[in-house]
Amino acid sequence: MKGPLLIAAVVAAFAAVPLFVHSNVVFNFLVVTLLIALAGQGWNIIGGYGGQYSFGHAAFFGTGAYVTAILQMRYGVNAWIGFVGGIAAGAAVGAIIGGLAFRAGLRSSYFALVTLAFAEVLRILASVAPITGAGVGILIKLDLRPQSFQFQSRAVFYLVILALVAASLAIAQTLERSRFGAWLIAVRENEDAAMALGVDATAVKLGAMVISAAVTAAAGCFYAQYFLFVDAGIAYGPWISIEALLTPIIGGAGTVFGPLVGALAVKALGEGAKLWTGDVPGLDLMIYGALLVIVVAFAPAGLVGTLANVRERAARRLRAPRKGRAEAARG
Amino acid sequence: MAEPLLSVERVSRRFGGLLALDAASLSAPAGRITALIGPNGAGKTTLFAVISGFLKPSAGRIRYGGEDVTGEPAHRLARRGIARTFQIVQPFGGISVRDNILVGAYLRHAARADAVGVAETVGREVGLGDLLDRPAHTLTVAGRKRLELARALATAPQLLLLDEVLAGLNPAEIRDIVPVIRALCARGIAVIMIEHVMQAVMSLSEHVFVLAEGRIIAEGSPAQVVADAGVVEAYLGRGAAARIGSTHAH
Repeated sequence: MKGPLLIAAVVAAFAAVPLFVHSNVVFNFLVVTLLIALAGQGWNIIGGYGGQYSFGHAAFFGTGAYVTAILQMRYGVNAWIGFVGGIAAGAAVGAIIGGLAFRAGLRSSYFALVTLAFAEVLRILASVAPITGAGVGILIKLDLRPQSFQFQSRAVFYLVILALVAASLAIAQTLERSRFGAWLIAVRENEDAAMALGVDATAVKLGAMVISAAVTAAAGCFYAQYFLFVDAGIAYGPWISIEALLTPIIGGAGTVFGPLVGALAVKALGEGAKLWTGDVPGLDLMIYGALLVIVVAFAPAGLVGTLANVRERAARRLRAPRKGRAEAARG
Repeated sequence: MAEPLLSVERVSRRFGGLLALDAASLSAPAGRITALIGPNGAGKTTLFAVISGFLKPSAGRIRYGGEDVTGEPAHRLARRGIARTFQIVQPFGGISVRDNILVGAYLRHAARADAVGVAETVGREVGLGDLLDRPAHTLTVAGRKRLELARALATAPQLLLLDEVLAGLNPAEIRDIVPVIRALCARGIAVIMIEHVMQAVMSLSEHVFVLAEGRIIAEGSPAQVVADAGVVEAYLGRGAAARIGSTHAH
């Protein structure tokens, strides 16, 4: 099973969960996991496919969250329009940061540092500016009606975030099969060689950054609607930058399902360890760290990539005897 | 006579205190193989980098297809029809041979099906037909050189700059690839090749430019150039031509 069919099957399997499960704890776990998978898919587009490792995707997540909240609470805008506004604002921040960084020719660790710096600057600004509620943050008024993007049932929230994740999977899948995606991967593999083949590397990276920022901003918008509270530490804090890059790297950077698989693995391990040890503070972070070390050391292609490699090697071994005979006959 | 497809007019390129190219001029007509030779460090690859837009010249002009293209960035020149290979091969190692060539093919074909068709045709043309599904990093040196050539060809160039595509190949591999390069010319593509394999230069090209210390010191047919005293000295050191002459006289 490949491509769109596989996406449809996976999404259908997730969508069937509310038929069997009614526990709010489970929904809460799944919603947060899918939220991280969505933020991670955003990172995956510029980081996984484009090879530009951003350490500051909080800048987009936070902008999505804040703009959704501010449009509703300060300007009385409808929540759904606020949601779209949040995504657009996130994309705009992506265009600004990407435009500055790529035009200046920043690569690898310099790019990582600059994105981190932008996220931190936004965090500090948000913690003092009146419009963001400064240190207090913004509470979104409880209004459990679908037209305010708030739902009685966690199951509905779950289906909404699932739909967003499905859309993000479709975006990644489309990217993989498109000219733009081929150019983006070429830039990741070798920027000079790509330019020699007519690829405008700066424009391609900038385009990917905007898409990436929009997807991660959507996760931020959803966060605001789900938890109804945003402050500087949540929105622009390093936690989301880390989770957004950790999940695709563990799951498989530059693969369609990497972020989703990574988010499931990381969150399941984190929650499992908490249950087992009785919620030791900081334990989940230690597990993330250990997992990252293990993956980077032993499976740099991530879970999805390693699986694909193993499968390919097995297939080649099956083909090999035939080929060997053919060569022997020729020789 | 019509204007050549490419003419490099008194191009200089300075790296700090080093003058890598010193008013070098060169031209290449369509449908011909032009060779660029010279000792190590002469500035050949720098000249290629300037023609293909990876470096901006410090002085001088480059005309291509009747237009001044001096200082245009590499990707725009590729769109105009200038393709290059790299002396140190630069495959997109993590993806398949087919996808490598596909990147080049996408330049002129936006639709995936068309581009894949072009990529596979070009792949077979350079002899990579059986290896299209292999990851590029598993190719041998000869395979990587072919891949460089295939990617460049997939962009449907009018001017092809080949930077030592024959270096590191054994005689059998050279024999295989030479007809491929000849065929390009027959299609009307202008080829400029940097090459150290003199046998190939002599048999392939009709016109040779010799670069030494950033200057074009000689040009002409291969036979003329190898007989030029200045060229011999550039390779073997000052006075070498005279010494060789005197040993012949004895």
